[in-house]
This record gives sequence, structure tokens and C-alpha cells, in this order.
Amino acid sequence: MTRRISTDVAIIGGGLVGSSAALAIRKAGLDVVLIDKGFCGAQASGVNYGGVRRQGRSPEQLPLSQRAHRIWPRLRELVGIDGEYVRSGHLKLARTEKDFAKLEAYAETVEGFGIGLELIGGRALKARFPWLSAEAAGASLCADDGHANPRLVSPAFARAAERAGATVLEHTSVRDVFSTGNGFTVLAGDGIEIRSRMLINSAGAWSDRFATAFGEAVPLTRIYPSMVVTEPLPLRLPVSMGEQGGGFYGRQVARGNYVMGGGRGRALANPDFSRPAVSAASSVMQRAIALFPHLANAQVIRFWSGTESEMPDGNPVIGPSETTPGLFHAFGFCGAGFQIAPAVGEVICELVTRGQSTTPVDAFSIGRFREASAHTATSL
Amino acid sequence: MTETVQPVIVGAGPAGIGAAERLVKAGLRPIVLDEGFRAGGQIYRRPLIDDGRSYRNRYGSEAKKAERLHRAFDRLVPSIDYRPETLVWNVADTDRGGHLDVLSRGIHREIAFTHLLLATGATDRVLPFPGWTRPGVYTLGAAQTALKAQGCTVGEKLVFMGSGPLLYLVAWQYMKAGASVEAVLDTGPLSSKAHLISLLPRAPRIIALGLFYGVQLKLAGVRILYGVRPEAIIGEERVDGIRFRVGDQIETLQCNALAYGFALRAETQLADLAGCRFRFDERDRAWLPERDALGRTSRPQVYVAGDGSGIAGADAAELAGELAALALIEDLGKAHGGDRARQLIAAHGRILRQRDILEKAFPFPRDWFETVPGTTMLCRCEEISISEARLAIETENISEVNRLKALSRVGMGRCQGRMCSAAAAEFLSGVRKVEPEAVGRLRAQAPVKPIPLTFGVTGEGEARS
Ligand SMILES: Cc1cc2nc3c(=O)[nH]c(=O)nc-3n(C[C@H](O)[C@H](O)[C@H](O)COP(=O)(O)OP(=O)(O)OC[C@H]3O[C@@H](n4cnc5c(N)ncnc54)[C@H](O)[C@@H]3O)c2cc1C
Ligand SMILES: Cc1cc2nc3c(=O)[nH]c(=O)nc-3n(C[C@H](O)[C@H](O)[C@H](O)COP(=O)(O)OP(=O)(O)OC[C@H]3O[C@@H](n4cnc5c(N)ncnc54)[C@H](O)[C@@H]3O)c2cc1C
Repeated sequence: MTRRISTDVAIIGGGLVGSSAALAIRKAGLDVVLIDKGFCGAQASGVNYGGVRRQGRSPEQLPLSQRAHRIWPRLRELVGIDGEYVRSGHLKLARTEKDFAKLEAYAETVEGFGIGLELIGGRALKARFPWLSAEAAGASLCADDGHANPRLVSPAFARAAERAGATVLEHTSVRDVFSTGNGFTVLAGDGIEIRSRMLINSAGAWSDRFATAFGEAVPLTRIYPSMVVTEPLPLRLPVSMGEQGGGFYGRQVARGNYVMGGGRGRALANPDFSRPAVSAASSVMQRAIALFPHLANAQVIRFWSGTESEMPDGNPVIGPSETTPGLFHAFGFCGAGFQIAPAVGEVICELVTRGQSTTPVDAFSIGRFREASAHTATSL
Repeated sequence: MTETVQPVIVGAGPAGIGAAERLVKAGLRPIVLDEGFRAGGQIYRRPLIDDGRSYRNRYGSEAKKAERLHRAFDRLVPSIDYRPETLVWNVADTDRGGHLDVLSRGIHREIAFTHLLLATGATDRVLPFPGWTRPGVYTLGAAQTALKAQGCTVGEKLVFMGSGPLLYLVAWQYMKAGASVEAVLDTGPLSSKAHLISLLPRAPRIIALGLFYGVQLKLAGVRILYGVRPEAIIGEERVDGIRFRVGDQIETLQCNALAYGFALRAETQLADLAGCRFRFDERDRAWLPERDALGRTSRPQVYVAGDGSGIAGADAAELAGELAALALIEDLGKAHGGDRARQLIAAHGRILRQRDILEKAFPFPRDWFETVPGTTMLCRCEEISISEARLAIETENISEVNRLKALSRVGMGRCQGRMCSAAAAEFLSGVRKVEPEAVGRLRAQAPVKPIPLTFGVTGEGEARS
């Protein structure tokens, strides 16, 4: 039996990107159908590290990131919960002078965006953060960055969209999409046919398939960041930590567990699922003990990883399709989409309802890969 | 090197030992890993240090079997690569040969396998009730382990509660050990015991033993009550007694320890990490790895045997271990006595049919989720109460256990759901008014038990060990 649904906007993928777009678009008065193959917010958006950080992003992302920064403190009003969001500060360490110079250069580059970075030299660092025991050349502190609980935040956006009147179809995999000339047909789940005027491709690490369906092949690769969590320990780490060059990031949640990441897991035979790589986890743990020797006696209770999409230039794809009017893409967040997703949702809403975004997103156009993909196509 | 066959057995209980014996007979040299200090598994658990007690004294009716199995294992040791005190905490790379991540006396190692035989056994299934986390409340299995391995009792004045044959056995063992057993509180109704009659012709020994324990307890003046529902543990920081309900009567008993449990729960996380497919088993009310008659799982060269593949007891475990070994030998293209396999399958099948009857005689308290008060902890690691879980289920419209974990933290703590996931699934399905099967299965994630953060620092690969 076929179930037919007509709507203004169909959204493929109920991660934080798709869900926040659904909420914004629904509030703008359009009909929305949000479709996810599993539960909304159960993929990258629900299992990520929870870093709500602007520091370290490319300058192109900062306007969007600043917009998101203004949304995060309003979560309760927007979706009914605060999602354990705290502005704990984000402290990015430099192990070497060379790394510290990079932090200094970054701070200079992004000066005009007003994210408020404070550079702290090695000696001052020890005085300011006495719990930090590893040798460091210095650090950069973004006092208003923080963290939140992705398990709670991402599903809450989908629920809020539903309460606002969106139709949310979970456990409904999109099998096929077509352009009908004046709109789209989406075939999903067990005989569900959705007709929409507009279509949003926010299928996370699975988005390339839908881009390709409309003649816009993209060089998307899948990555599997590795996470480690300890048993609850006395509260001691007041900030979310990162390191220049990656390799380690960590925070302590209100319950006392240290949540830490760095390194990459790997895909299982079915690339939708991944397992953390023990080698990656073990290097995270070694670094953790170097930074916080009191963790030497702590126990790890769980490893995990999630499936994320990466683009070659480190920036996402956000904006209208160049082949198909009414189609919009929002994917490829390269391991850093959690913080900006609520703003991406608003931008997509603006694109859908007004045809343009009040925040610059030109740098994220899918067209930037046109040449690259044409090139791969000919070289095949 | 890549041509060599390296079977690895996880678990040195009856199933693992049964498997190892058969593999050695076929000329193989399995690696046998067990996190315990000594081989024997749960039922034939050996003392940490020999305390001079006889087999008869320690293992009662099972003394002969225990002695035979221990002797068999001791003889086997030179022909196998046995590694006690080795926790297997991860199965990795199953799509390309495969290896185990193990922690052995603080040292991390990787152990490669070509064939993996999981004989990981079971743990007690517990259901929360008011006071279940109080010091002085033990599982039946833990109470018995204290007796068998450490030679001590968990209290002087005890009450035993729950459902399952272990209830009477452990109560009797405590009585024999000189403890004062105040009562046996069976949550099953007396009428359920009528099912045991149909077991008499098939398994007269089980019935005789059961009667023996029951009669001896009665003769010693121990009260045995049926259809009991716990109300609460009495006492602040310890156990002073238990309040319970039988029919409309509320009663109180004084004791300084309570041992309780509702049958057993298969340890299946390693099979999950190995990528085996699972199916829901009505008898165990649990998800179990799919297995064929010999113990092959859905993954090539991964086998399961014993209670870790479904609760069937020690005798069945031993048979299943040997069967899984036969499957492994067959998969290597070697001949083995097909008759032996047929005999084992038949004997194993008989025991499973007895288990069906036992399950009716010792039924699971299906009304538990209705009677447990909101303030009771459902997940003790994360301190999530029944009412918090209910609130999450209702406000978030949760219908699946992994979702319950993600949104309420139930099963997210130290035990990773090993302790609470059975109860959480029962509770969720009860609230949702669906069968436990419908709420799904908690996905396993490494490490299957907590491991020290330093594991990576002290680690070494198998090549260097
Ligand atoms: C371990 C990890 C740690 C991270 N840490 C951080 C961090 O600290 N800070 C930060 O900002 N970012 C972080 N990220 C990145 C961030 O999580 C992602 O960029 C962000 O969640 C992407 O959101 P999304 O909605 O695009 O993707 P997803 O959340 O993956 O959502 C895509 C959805 O599409 C659905 N879908 C796919 N195919 C179909 C189909 N055919 N039919 C229907 N539905 C479909 C999927 O089921 C999924 O729910 C991390 C990511 C990971 C994996
Ligand atoms: C606490 C307890 C008490 C019991 N008492 C009785 C009784 O008195 N009478 C009776 O008839 N039945 C009893 N049973 C049931 C009986 O123990 C089982 O039916 C029988 O032992 C099953 O044998 P097995 O080989 O399948 O598993 P087990 O005997 O449980 O052996 C499994 C072995 O695997 C090891 N193992 C598990 N996971 C790992 C891992 N990740 N890494 C390394 N090693 C691992 C364990 O250390 C254990 O030695 C009891 C069960 C329990 C849990």
C-alpha cells in the first residue's frame, strides 16, 4: 500500500542540521516532512563529542558560527531543554613554540570576527590552570565557547519540529528521489511517496548519494572519529580542551565522566556502522594521562565512534543546487557541524523562503567541486 | 604464518573446557582465555587458594562432575595455551581474520584468531526493588561464589528470594555451611511447581535433588513462601530485614543479608562485537546470538557454546562446548565422528526441553514493572530511578532500549547495562505494553568491562609478548 504525502519541503536526514532546518521552516509557516532512516539525531549529531566551539574554525565559517553562538543560549526557549549547554571556555593547547605561533597567527586572522581569543604564554598558563600538568608552550582560550550534550540536543530539535507541526518519519529510509520539473518525488520506507515543492539534502555522511542523483557528484569521504569515556571522577576540568594540530580533545561532564577524543575509528563491513580503533583510543588515553596524571588510575567504561562526512577543503556544502531548482544541500561538516548546525538550519530556512541567506555562505557552494568532480569523471 | 589455524576459546567453564578437550583430540592447540584465576567457570568455580575442603563439601551433588572436569582440564593444560586472569574486552577486525583485545594482569595484548569459540557463561538476572542497592543485598550467584571461592558466607541470618532452581540450592548450601536461613521467598506461585511433575519421568535426578533441598530446608524449619513480592529492604546503611507481600498480607522478616535473583542472563557482548546476528529467545526473555545445532553463529568461524548462548545449565554447556568444537573441526575440512555430533545434539535437545518446563515452574515475575515504586533505582551506576526512566519514556515517546539509554542514561555507566539492561527492557516493554522483544537489544560497545586508562601505555602487541 502506498501512502502519499504532499508537502512544501521534504528533508532527507534528521540530524541536527535537518531537524533545525525543519523547525525553522515550520515556524516560517511552510509544511515540512522530516525523514530519517533511523531515529532522528542518532547518527553523528547524537554521538559526537559535544564541543560547542568557534575557536579553530576557518574564517569562512565564523559568521555562521557566530550566528549559532547566539542560538545556543536560547535552546530552552527553542526546543524546551538547555541540552546541558555551558559556556565553559575552550582552551586550545600548543605543545611547541611552533604550534603556539600558529595559535597566534590564527588569533590575528580571526580578530575581526569578535570571538574573543586570549593568548596565554607557557608560564602564565601554569598559574592560571594549575591542574594542567603537561608541558605546554602556551594556549589560546576562547572563554565563551563551551560544550553541550549531543544525545539530548539533537533529538530535542526533531521533537520541537514535530511539536511545531512538522511530519517526522523515523525508521523510514529514502530510497529514491526524482525531480518532477516543478518539484520532487521522494520514495521512502515501505511504500511512502512524498511530493514536495522543495527538497533538502541533509543526510550527513550519506548525502553524496543524493547529490549524485541530481548530477552533482562530490568528493565526500566518511570519517569515524574515536571517542573514549571514563567512569565518573571528581570534578576538576573546568574547560573543554583541544590541541593545536588535533590529536586530543577532552571535557568533563557534569556527572564527572571525562569524554575524550582524537584519532579515527574505522568502518565495519557495512560503512553505516563503525567501531572505534583501539590504537586511536589508546593514543587518546596516553595523551590524557600526560595532560592529567590523576587519570592514571581511572577506568574507561566505553569507546565509541560515529559516522561523519568530510570534504577535501575542510568546509561544508551549504546552499542551493546548481542543477536543480528547489533543491538545497547542507552536509559535509568535517567533524565540526554540531556547533553550527542550528544556524545552518536557519540559513536553509532563509534560502527556502526568501531565496537568500542573511549570513554569507557563498564559500560553501557545491559548485566549488564542479571542476574537481568533472575531472575525476574524465580520469575514470 | 597466515596458513596456521589458531582457535581461541573465551571462557574456561564447562563449555570452554568441553570444547578445548575436543579440539586437542583433533590435534589442535587452542588458546584458552579466562578472566578468572582458575579454570572451572561459575558452577565448578575453584577456590582462590586451597582451603582443604573436600569436593563433596564444596560442590555437593555436583562434586563428581566438578572433580572430573577439573582433572580433565589439568590434564589438558600442557596441550593448550591457557591464560588465566585474562579479560577479553574487545573483538576486532572480524572482517579480516580477527583479533581479541585482552588485558592480562594489567598488560594489554592483541591475540589473533582464525576461529573464535565464545563460552562466556552467564550472570544473575536481577530486578530492582526498594533497597536492592543496599550493602548486604547480594545476587544468588554472588552469595554462592563467596561460599565456593572464598569459603565465607555473606551474612549470618539470611533470606533468599527470587525465582529459579538456584534459589533453593543456594539457600540449602548456606544452611549446610552453618548460616541461619530465615526464609526462602519464591516469587513464583505454588501452582507453578506442578509443572515439575512432567519433568519427573525425563529428569528424575533434578526432581530428586530439588525435593531433597526443599525437604531438608523444611525439616530445618526454614519457611518457604510462594508468590512473594518484595516491598522493601529495611535498614539505613545496611540490611536489617525485608518487608514483603504474599497475597494481601504484608510481612516483615529480620535478616542481615538478602540473596536474590531471577534466573540467569547470558553474557553475549563479545558475540555482538564479533558481529553475530541475534534473535529473541522467549524462554530466556533475552536476545541471543543465532546458532545452528552445533553452535555456529551467523559469522563464519565464530562459534558460541554454553550459557553464553542461552541458559541451559552446566551439563548442556559441556555438551555444547564439544559440539561447537566439532563444528570448528568440520569447518577445517577435517573428519570427525558424525555419530558423536548426533548424540550430543540429541542430549542437548533433551536438556533444552527440560529447561522449558523449569521455566514454567520458576516463572519470571511479569508484573514486576507495575509493582516497582518510582523512587527505586533502575540503573544504579547512573542513579536513574524508575520514575525518571518513566518520565523519559513518556515525554520522549521512547520505544527502544538504545534510545532509552541515549535519552535517560540507563545502562550508560560502569556496568554498561550488564546489570540493568534486562530490567530496563522489561520496564520499557511493560510501560509501552509490548513484548520485551519489541523494544530491541542494547548494542554492545568495547570495552565489555571497564579497563584502566593506562592500558594503552603498558600495552604491547602479541608479537612482542
Ligand atoms: C565522534 C564525533 C565527534 C564529533 N565532535 C564534534 C564536536 O565536538 N563539535 C562539533 O561541532 N562537531 C562534532 N562532530 C561533527 C558533528 O557531529 C556533525 O558535523 C554534525 O552532527 C552533522 O550533522 P548532520 O545532521 O549533517 O549529520 P547526521 O547527524 O549524521 O544526520 C544525518 C542523518 O541522515 C540520515 N540519513 C542518511 N541517509 C538517509 C536516507 N537514505 N534516508 C533517510 N535518512 C537518511 C541519518 O540516519 C542521519 O540521522 C563530531 C562527529 C563525530 C562523529
Ligand atoms: C554465579 C552463578 C552461580 C551458579 N551456580 C550454579 C549452581 O550452583 N548449580 C548449577 O547447576 N548451575 C549454577 N549456575 C549455572 C552454571 O554455572 C552454568 O550453567 C554453567 O557454569 C555454564 O557453563 P559455561 O561454561 O557456559 O559458563 P561458565 O561456567 O559461566 O564459564 C564462563 C567463563 O567465561 C569466563 N569469561 C566470561 N566473559 C569473559 C571475558 N570477557 N573475558 C575472559 N573470560 C570471560 C568467565 O570467567 C567464566 O569462567 C550458576 C551460574 C552463575 C552465574
